[in-house]
Amino acid sequence: MLATLANPHRFMGFSRWAAPLCGVVAVLLIAPGLWLGFAAPEDYQQGTTVRIMFIHVPAAWTAMLAYGCLGGASFFSLVFRHALADAAARAVAPLGAAFTLLALVTGSLWGRPMWGAWWVWDARLTSVLVLFLLFLGYMALRSAIEDEARAGRAAAILALVGLINLPIVKFSVDWWNSLHQGESIFRAGGPTIATVFLIPLLLMGLGYMFAFGALWLERTRAEVWRRRVRSLEAQAAA
Amino acid sequence: MGDRYAAFIWPAYAITALGFAWMVLDTLLRARRWRRRAEALQRQALISEKGE
Repeated sequence: MLATLANPHRFMGFSRWAAPLCGVVAVLLIAPGLWLGFAAPEDYQQGTTVRIMFIHVPAAWTAMLAYGCLGGASFFSLVFRHALADAAARAVAPLGAAFTLLALVTGSLWGRPMWGAWWVWDARLTSVLVLFLLFLGYMALRSAIEDEARAGRAAAILALVGLINLPIVKFSVDWWNSLHQGESIFRAGGPTIATVFLIPLLLMGLGYMFAFGALWLERTRAEVWRRRVRSLEAQAAA
Repeated sequence: MGDRYAAFIWPAYAITALGFAWMVLDTLLRARRWRRRAEALQRQALISEKGE
C-alpha cells in the first residue's frame, strides 16, 4: 500500500477521492459524538465540565498521532530521500500544531474550574507544551533555510529526535506525580470510564482522526502542486 | 448548560470550532491556489511548446 502510494501520480489519484471520503466519515462520527456528549449525564465529581473531555482528549490523541505521522514521514524522507514523504511531513506540521494548541487551550479551560489553575508545570502539561514547540520548531526550521532540500533534511532530523517526547507524553502520568488524571482508556485492565462517556469520547476521537486524515491528504496534495509550480517556474526561467 | 461552568465549557467548544474552521479553510484555499497556479503554468508551457 505504502509502496503504491509512494508514486506521486498514484497518490494524487488516491487522495482525490480519499480526502473527501475521510471528511464525510469524520462528520458522520463527530455529529453523533457531539450529540451523545451533550446528552450524557453530569459527572458526579466534575459536573458539566466533563463535556470538555469530548473535545480535549480527542485533540490530544490527534496531536500525538500527527507527531507520529511527522516522525514516520520524516524517516522515509531522510532515509529513502522520498519527495512525497517530505511533502507529507511539511503538510502535517501545521495540523499537528493546531491540534496540540486545541488540546492545551481546552485543557486549560477544564483545569481552571477543576484544579483552580489555568496552568501548572506538571509533567503531562509540560510534555504537551514541548510537543507544541516541536511542531513550531519544525516549521520555523523549514522556513529558515532557503534551500528546500537542506531545510527538509534538517527539519526531519529535528522531527526524529522529537519522537522521544511521544512516550514521555503518554506515560508522564505514570512516571511522575501529576495533577493530571491518570490513564483511563488505553490501559492494561481496560477502560475505567463509564460507557455513557466512553462511547461519545471514542466517536469524537475517531472523528478527529478522520478529519485529520482528510486535512493531511488535502494539504499534501497542495504541497505536491506547490512543488510542481516551483519546478515549472524553474523550467520557464531556464 | 447554563450552570456555573458554562463560562468554561462554551469557550472551549467555540475555540475548537474556530480551530477546525481555520484548518479546513486554510487547507482548501491553499490546495485551490496551488492547483490553479500549477494548471495555469502547465497550460502556458503547452502553448509555448506548440509555438516553438
